[in-house]
Amino acid sequence: MIASQTLLPPELEAAAIPGEPAWLTSARQTALARFSKMGLPTVKDEDWRFTNLAPLAGLSFAPVPDLTHSPISKETFSRLPFSGLGGSRLVFVNGHFSSGLSSIVGEEEGVKIMGLADAVAAEPALVERHLFRLAQKNATPFASLNAALFEDGAFIHVPKGRKAGPVNLFYISTPDASGKTVCPRSLIILENGAQATVTESYLSVGDARCLTNSVTELVMGDNATAEYLKFQDESRDSFHLATVAVSAGRDSHVRLHSMAFGGKLSRTNIQATLAGEGVECVLNGLYLVGDEQLADHYMIVDHAVPHGTSHEYFNGIFAGRSKGVFHGRIIVRPDAQKTDAKQTNKNLLLSDDATVDTKPQLEIYADDVKCTHGATVGQLSEEAIFYLRSRGIPVDKARQMLIHAFAGEIMDRILCEPLREELNVRVRKRLEENQNPRGMGRGDSLKVDQDGSLA
Amino acid sequence: MTQPILVIENLHAGVEGREILKGVSLTIHAGETHALMGPNGSGKSTLAAVLAGREGYTISKGRVDYLGKDLLELAPEDRAREGLFLAFQYPVEIPGVNSTYFLKAAYNELQKHRGEPELDAADFLVFVKEKVKLLDLDDDLLKRAVNEGFSGGEKKRNEIFQMAVLEPKLAILDETDSGLDIDALKIVAQGVNKLRRPDNAQLLITHYQRLLNYIVPDFVHVLHDGRIVRSGGRELALELEERGYDWLTQEAGAPGK
Repeated sequence: MIASQTLLPPELEAAAIPGEPAWLTSARQTALARFSKMGLPTVKDEDWRFTNLAPLAGLSFAPVPDLTHSPISKETFSRLPFSGLGGSRLVFVNGHFSSGLSSIVGEEEGVKIMGLADAVAAEPALVERHLFRLAQKNATPFASLNAALFEDGAFIHVPKGRKAGPVNLFYISTPDASGKTVCPRSLIILENGAQATVTESYLSVGDARCLTNSVTELVMGDNATAEYLKFQDESRDSFHLATVAVSAGRDSHVRLHSMAFGGKLSRTNIQATLAGEGVECVLNGLYLVGDEQLADHYMIVDHAVPHGTSHEYFNGIFAGRSKGVFHGRIIVRPDAQKTDAKQTNKNLLLSDDATVDTKPQLEIYADDVKCTHGATVGQLSEEAIFYLRSRGIPVDKARQMLIHAFAGEIMDRILCEPLREELNVRVRKRLEENQNPRGMGRGDSLKVDQDGSLA
Repeated sequence: MTQPILVIENLHAGVEGREILKGVSLTIHAGETHALMGPNGSGKSTLAAVLAGREGYTISKGRVDYLGKDLLELAPEDRAREGLFLAFQYPVEIPGVNSTYFLKAAYNELQKHRGEPELDAADFLVFVKEKVKLLDLDDDLLKRAVNEGFSGGEKKRNEIFQMAVLEPKLAILDETDSGLDIDALKIVAQGVNKLRRPDNAQLLITHYQRLLNYIVPDFVHVLHDGRIVRSGGRELALELEERGYDWLTQEAGAPGK
């Protein structure tokens, strides 16, 4: 068990954006005090029961200094996932905005896309009105730490009736960040009737061994439409703690996809508040990990008002000695009649040593609702493998096809085709790369259990 | 006489210590269609499974020579690449795997093995659409996941459709007729008949004579308690239709089922 105090460096100080307003400085102090008071969660904490943060002990929360030279070249960047997609992009390297790699192209009039540090000066009213508003509710200690320490991130504002994106955001860590913490913070605001597609890719270049502690707030007005995709593929020595908080206004449609592929330990907290009636919310996620990786998704979906629909689909693929954690909590408040909430967590264990802890949870305080949840854990279907082999397909490829199909259930819910295709390519590549005994796709210890099959 | 396609010699095989095949011998030459009949539990499907390479069976004795190779030494995918095809009694549903993608992967594996050029997606689609017509199947099937949500009849027709695409040297049809109504049975039989050639062979495994009205076999064998107890021409099937299996199984010195 970790004593929380031992992890807190006594010299920890709030960061500041040059020229930031007094309310922000004050909010940071409050957040820092909150973090210091809460300390790091331990496995005694119900919400962290399955995810032990002890491995973080060696890291400092010190930020990475801004380097004058660009730490990654355009050529290196061009090899990263999602970098080949057109449209606007903002790139942050070790938490600092990289103007050389970023570009804003073809956006509609009035759409604002910039670094959050710039937005603090350029859009003070919007920032003050929305920043911290979502993520501080039910905030993890890490979201508070982010509030205290963030220096930059993305700011997107889509005015009424306008459409933005796909906007691709990149948070890249390099070996310069090793032993340190990067706290990107993004604020995405969709006014009434606005529409946006946004990706956030958390990636590493080289052997970066750092903590990324990110927060993204997505504020949606009435009748707004958002498709958001988080793609996390940091180095196998990295730690990744993320909060994605969304508030959806009346009749809005929101699709949140979360892909956990990388990191030694990753946790994504998703907080969705259905704030207006008639919201349709889809939370859709995929785990694709192996070796000693741990990937955790923690969700709270809050149905506060009637006629809300929320569907969660999370599929996990675990090889090697990896571990998955799924914690989904749906709250249906007394007023939220006619709620339609569904939660599905399916897991595929590719080795005897992979484990998964799944905890779907419904808290229903209204009486006229439709709520279901379910979780499965299984292995590849032996019958299906034999069927494919009997047609001439080699065993490794047969397994890959089945694993890919399982991932495909999640990918098929991505509406924006270029994003879906890009992800599809990355999944296929990862499955091919991991064809080694310790990785994905095959293994001497691979257990095939017909009864537990998912097919 | 040319080299046979398949020679099974005194094959003994079983599951979990229980012997099911107790000395099966059977030789199949190119251009021949054999029917293997027998009551439930006689070992028909076990023989199909062992020939296709399904895991979980122990072969305790005997050998199987397939085109000069030791068949039992080959992995299931290698058997398929050498031209062996099993039409499953219960075709497997594979959600999320597109039928065309699957068939193209299988077809190209075989092409690669034969040293022939692989087909790209566009060429394969043209090729495969011709084959679809043969089985009177809906094109729509090509867009669906393998067998997913197919009716029983569609699944069986899909097996023969795959056979048409992969053009095996030896096709083993395991109870392909079971669960089919007479119209579906005729379509399946027509499909199989169109695929019969002087250089390939079929082994039809069936419980009923009915199929053999539409696919006329050259030889009929009766399997009982893990052994072939009688072999003959087509007339043997007709006799079985009339008299049932009991007279044969009693002759073989074991109680009938």
